[in-house]
Amino acid sequence: MATETRTVVETLAQLTLFADLTRPQLEEVAHTVGEELFAEGQRVLRQGMQGGGLFLILDGEAEVVIDGDKRARLGRGEFFGEIAALTGDAPTADVVAMTLLRCLTVSGPELEQFLLDHPPVMLRMLKAEARRVRSANA
Amino acid sequence: MKARERPYPPGSYDVVVVGSGPGGLQTAYYLARSGIRRFAVLSRDDEPGGMFRRFPVFQRLISWTKPQAPVERGSREYEWYDHNSLLGEEPDHRSLMPSFMDRSFDVPAREEMEAALRAFVERTALQIRYDCTLARARRDEHELVLETSDGEYRCRVAVFALGVTEAWLPPLPGIDHARHYVDTGRPSDYDGKRVIIIGKRNSGFELAQGLLPWAKQLTLISPRPVQTAVLALSALRVRYLQPYDEYVRGGSGTYVLDAAIERIERLEGGFRVHVEGTTWTGKLELDGDEVIVATGFRTPLEPLAELEIATVADGRIPAQTPFWESISAPGVYFAGNATQGSSGMKKHGAAANSTSVNGFRYNARALVQHISAKHFGIDPPRPTLRRDDVVRFLLGELARAPELWIQKGYLARAVRFDSDGIHDDGIVPLAHFVDAAGPNAAAAAVEVDADGKIVPVLYVRRDGHVDEHPLAPHPLHAFDNAEQEAELASRLQPLLG
Repeated sequence: MATETRTVVETLAQLTLFADLTRPQLEEVAHTVGEELFAEGQRVLRQGMQGGGLFLILDGEAEVVIDGDKRARLGRGEFFGEIAALTGDAPTADVVAMTLLRCLTVSGPELEQFLLDHPPVMLRMLKAEARRVRSANA
Repeated sequence: MKARERPYPPGSYDVVVVGSGPGGLQTAYYLARSGIRRFAVLSRDDEPGGMFRRFPVFQRLISWTKPQAPVERGSREYEWYDHNSLLGEEPDHRSLMPSFMDRSFDVPAREEMEAALRAFVERTALQIRYDCTLARARRDEHELVLETSDGEYRCRVAVFALGVTEAWLPPLPGIDHARHYVDTGRPSDYDGKRVIIIGKRNSGFELAQGLLPWAKQLTLISPRPVQTAVLALSALRVRYLQPYDEYVRGGSGTYVLDAAIERIERLEGGFRVHVEGTTWTGKLELDGDEVIVATGFRTPLEPLAELEIATVADGRIPAQTPFWESISAPGVYFAGNATQGSSGMKKHGAAANSTSVNGFRYNARALVQHISAKHFGIDPPRPTLRRDDVVRFLLGELARAPELWIQKGYLARAVRFDSDGIHDDGIVPLAHFVDAAGPNAAAAAVEVDADGKIVPVLYVRRDGHVDEHPLAPHPLHAFDNAEQEAELASRLQPLLG
């Protein structure tokens, strides 16, 4: 697999969400977050089911599905699951891997502390959420 | 060693298992009872035991076996009190671990574990072809071909129980100067030395604690702060946390640093480690007589390179489906510690116990049932349940099933509601139940919620849609009381009719 020649730290360094972190901070993040690989067709996030977390796509594509309807495609650098994880509600959509999908993960109970420990990441995430709200209202 | 007949000569088989550690042995045991006739078990070692022939370095395991328990030794319920014995179908094969323990601790020593595994092989008359090393695996149309030191094995399905004990080294400049955990050697080698340990998880603290009576200075370094909550879940918590405790109290000579390692420099008679703080600002140069790298382990996947096994964790662990099949190489399955690569639902971040015998012994049993059904058309027995018994049956599982209590949120008891009756569908991966299509069915799991509380959860699949119903927890974990019975009955009502 070509992606495995890069280390997790090198992959993180290329993502917008972590653009403000120093190399030692990236190493700390790489040791804190999880990594999961999903087969094509596998569900990553489950609509209506508790217990999800933040998923950030490192490689591959995913599809957002609500009540069986396909709503959006997500790719490298995009993230999902954070709203349900932060509010404690169940996700309002399924997210399904469309290809082999490699994600970085932060579990729900760890997400709040993770963001508090990394304010530049929290700010980047807030800006991304703001853009989503604006485009949803446009 | 006396000459012995070597079983399983090279040739064609239905299933080949590679490995004779606990994961390989448990898989082989259930294969022998699966109805699959032509299977082989190969090992590069000359005796059973796998990692327990060498590790842990400081001898004491971290998972408990309680020789005395509130339930009878050898019963299914006793498995919860005995996390180190393999599973057996016959009484004589079960709960072997306690009788090998000297009972100075409620966690066995390495050699006790090794002896219990050897006894399991003897009592169950498991056949293993020892001294047979896998060199290369490849695919030939619909077959897998395993080239070994003894010749070629062809099979439809291969199960690799290769362990997760190969040294994994992060790509740091100068890392080759250091020795890895697996090459620690004797504690007395560190007498009066300044020792730097890179890594602050179980193996790092195991070394640090073990070297406290020998080294004159100990420094543990890694980028992430110590996960005290994780270490506190080890049965050796008091010992593992001791070096950390010394540092927190300010005693000189033991240090626990949060820092990224820039490089390791070889000096005359020692080492210098250059680090930069992660939870503090600044750089340090640390001098030591020895550097030991406890940065973790990996599955030795080199012989499988041609099968293009997709991995996670910097190439350390093969990524797997809920039934432990490689997500990139069909017909290639894993058993033992490597089954951590099938992470399950991880609700609220809770990980399965697939990295230790207590959890992966159940994975192995479910794996063999899955392989038997999927590849060889041998369905597992599905006992019929009377309609009136379903609620009590699932309640009993929630209260006492060791599979559910040890593999929390990972393995579940499933019951299917077919047109010809209600059937016990056995122990299945929860992620499979939740995500796969199937008939109307229910599954019971024991989970850990967002607050860390243990809760019983019922999943109901009706007309292809799965709903999740957490049931009330109980301060004594008594999940078979009247309140839960009433709730379970009402949730199952649509299926029971």
